[in-house]
Amino acid sequence: MTEAPMPLWEVFIRSRAGLAHRHVGSVHAPDAAMALQSARDVYTRRGEGLSLWVVPSAAITASDPAEKDMMFEPTASKIYRHPSFYDVPDDVGHM
Amino acid sequence: MPATTSIVVAESPLARLALGRADDVLILGHRLSEWCGHAPMLEAELSIANLALDLIGQARALYALAAEAEGAGRSEDDFAYLRDERGYRNLLLVEQPNGDFARTMVRHFLYSAFIDPWWRATAASNSPLADIARKAEKESAYHLRHAGEWVVRLGDGTAESHRRAQDALDFLWPYTGEMFAPDSSGLAPDPAGIRPRWEANVAAVLAEATLTRPDDGWMQEGGREGRHSEQFGRLLAELQHMARSHPGASW
Repeated sequence: MTEAPMPLWEVFIRSRAGLAHRHVGSVHAPDAAMALQSARDVYTRRGEGLSLWVVPSAAITASDPAEKDMMFEPTASKIYRHPSFYDVPDDVGHM
Repeated sequence: MPATTSIVVAESPLARLALGRADDVLILGHRLSEWCGHAPMLEAELSIANLALDLIGQARALYALAAEAEGAGRSEDDFAYLRDERGYRNLLLVEQPNGDFARTMVRHFLYSAFIDPWWRATAASNSPLADIARKAEKESAYHLRHAGEWVVRLGDGTAESHRRAQDALDFLWPYTGEMFAPDSSGLAPDPAGIRPRWEANVAAVLAEATLTRPDDGWMQEGGREGRHSEQFGRLLAELQHMARSHPGASW
């Protein structure tokens, strides 16, 4: 008997103090509902989160590592894009 | 030198109630812990360990209550490690061997479908167990959902998983009647009154799982009086071996 391989899901957690969901890892699960339970059981055992997302890994479109020079190298010489030349007023809060 | 001889608990009605519930969750938690290192995948391994740890945490709180009710200065460990088989008050359902993954999940579902509404009713009552129930009901709600989701996927999965889930249901069904033995102590909700909610929980999941509810035939009983299945002696030997061989050991 052959079985279909169990799909992979990417797991994102929003922590207590966090503003956005962050990628923490992945789980195998037959469907979305079970993926959410597995994510809860594997990644939130120590009170890490208040909210969970799971996304089918197959739904992610990734950049090609072979193209990293074209994709990312040109920004290296443009340090003026970094916000380090500005004073951020205290009232702005989270940046 | 710590004691190694077996103890017999003086069971007031409250001590007996707390011990019965404590033994249910200790023994079920122990059974689940037997999956550690053997689960079919990492996700299942951790989820089963989580369920086991929830149950053992509940057992600790319930043993502490039993100790207070008995007033003999016993510890949680005394109850767990120094009682003989006849002193254990757990349901026969929870001591049944794990079998395959389907039997473990069906067993957990049948128990959770009862204990979740029972904890909720206890939390809303003025029972001496109400404080424990308020913590346990959040855990049992997840157990019911998790085990229920697995039963649905096994029952409504492949021909093989369906067969295993139905076999598990047929095997375990005669152990479900004991859960509803009437309790007239007035110290907690009568389990007999929980039956309609258990039936509803079970019917909903079995329908989705395309599994057939077995007929209510002969029901096994005796766990609450200390009459256990043959395999229980081996379970207890493993559970108590370290504490009995090395009294007072700590690590």
